[in-house]
Amino acid sequence: MDFVNSTLEWLSQYIHEYLLFTIYSGVKALVILVPLFIVVAYYTYAERKVIGYMQIRKGPNRVGPKGLLQPFADMFKLMFKEIIVPTNSNKYLFIIAPVITFAPAMAAWAVIPFNDTLVFSDINAGLLYILAMTSVGVYGVIIAGWASNSKYALLGAMRSAAQIVAYEIAMGFALVGVLMVGGSLNLGDIVNKQAGGIGHWFFIPLLPLFFVYLISGVAETNRAPFDVAEGESEIVAGFHVEYSGMTFAVFFLAEYANMILIAMLCSLLFFGGWLSPVPGLLGDSVGWLFGKTAVFMLLFLWFRATFPRYRYDQIMRLGWKVLLPVTIVWLFVEGLAVYFKVGPWFV
Amino acid sequence: MIETVIFYVFAIATVVSATAVVTVRNPVHAALFLVLTFFTSAIIWMSLEAEFLAITLVLVYVGAVMVLFIFVVMMLDINVARLREGFVRYLPLGLLVAAIMLGLMLSVVTSDVFVLEAGSEPAPRAADYSNTKALGGVLYTDYVFAFEIAAVILLVAIIAAISLTMRKRSQTKYQVPSEQIKVRKADRLRIVKMPSEEKS
Repeated sequence: MDFVNSTLEWLSQYIHEYLLFTIYSGVKALVILVPLFIVVAYYTYAERKVIGYMQIRKGPNRVGPKGLLQPFADMFKLMFKEIIVPTNSNKYLFIIAPVITFAPAMAAWAVIPFNDTLVFSDINAGLLYILAMTSVGVYGVIIAGWASNSKYALLGAMRSAAQIVAYEIAMGFALVGVLMVGGSLNLGDIVNKQAGGIGHWFFIPLLPLFFVYLISGVAETNRAPFDVAEGESEIVAGFHVEYSGMTFAVFFLAEYANMILIAMLCSLLFFGGWLSPVPGLLGDSVGWLFGKTAVFMLLFLWFRATFPRYRYDQIMRLGWKVLLPVTIVWLFVEGLAVYFKVGPWFV
Repeated sequence: MIETVIFYVFAIATVVSATAVVTVRNPVHAALFLVLTFFTSAIIWMSLEAEFLAITLVLVYVGAVMVLFIFVVMMLDINVARLREGFVRYLPLGLLVAAIMLGLMLSVVTSDVFVLEAGSEPAPRAADYSNTKALGGVLYTDYVFAFEIAAVILLVAIIAAISLTMRKRSQTKYQVPSEQIKVRKADRLRIVKMPSEEKS
């Protein structure tokens, strides 16, 4: 960090302040986003491998040793494919829809802290910002469905809109619970509040809210078993049925980036982020955060490999009639715990 | 300097998209322009250091309310040609309403409250100042009753809206999830043992 600061000071003699700030922010964003893209690429590979092994298959094993170059093969294939814009579709909205999904998925990473100091933007209302960004992403899905001028796509968009509205509320309420314990909207503060070993992590007092958050997170990212917006067996591919080549790849990228985001938020908000489970024995490090995130990322794949898809009305029922009441009841319980100062979380 | 540039860029974007909301022909496009208007005004609020309100505007209006709006607008089979009928007929009334609204706005904007000299530019807050904390403190102490009453009024509005639209139609088939869950394998499935046939 000292090295970065001294370099910035040296540069500021030659470059205008605003320009320097822009360049510095751009570099910081790249430092976060480039590894993210690589993780997304290998997450798709891991998904196919893991699901393969779970179903007693081998998964991709032809491109490169053990299929390790498969993500690049897929990427180049998608890059060189033609982008087909359907006739009678709305061309501007059709092209802009993947961008609208992609941009918030990337923007949300701006406030994710990797340890005490390593964060792109350490803002006060970080958690609220993440909620806002993830809720904007649904517009890409809705616009894609509508602009495609295709019945399957429109059906997928409709389902997605209803699902997002239903699960967003449960998700928001689960996060209200985190705020009540954490006493802050800043993600770094929330993690630091969990200091003191595994017994101080928030998943213990907030176990029901953690499950609600995880389930809503899977639903928000349109992943199995809540992937009715895509629903291969019913509506072909749902909202992105008309998309090909790079436009499809951008949707794909956003979906996987969102999955990693939800996994990382689970570990930050409920499992102590970069904090070590036994502080006396092992030190805090960013490795803990990545390890915890990897576990939740594996959960996403595991869900997909093992659960059958929910029916549309069952999804609505689960969101409104099960998850939402659970969060409301638990907020009351938490209010009591705060009032009576139940330790070690509510002191 | 940079704040001024940001303000003008997003202020112009807000005005243009707000104008587009009422001028574009396609209702879905109009709704999308409304989303853009909310978004750009959120950014203007952000530049006024009201970050909680700005993010909440995006979260509530863009993330939830407008999704429902677009959901409904996309489902409606709107005949664009019929929407534009009667423009001349309603023009006098429309002009009258517009004139009244313009007058009201002017009377507010030109009043003493909005004169530039009335309040000097507020000093920027320190970086650790939490807008959220300040708002929460005021809402739950000074204005707690007003806040609670507003919440109750909104709740009443929700219940009223639901009770107005909820009706059971006799010929619609409903699924009863509790009965679906109660079903056991033995109720529906009968396993028949068949002796395997001898090879002839």
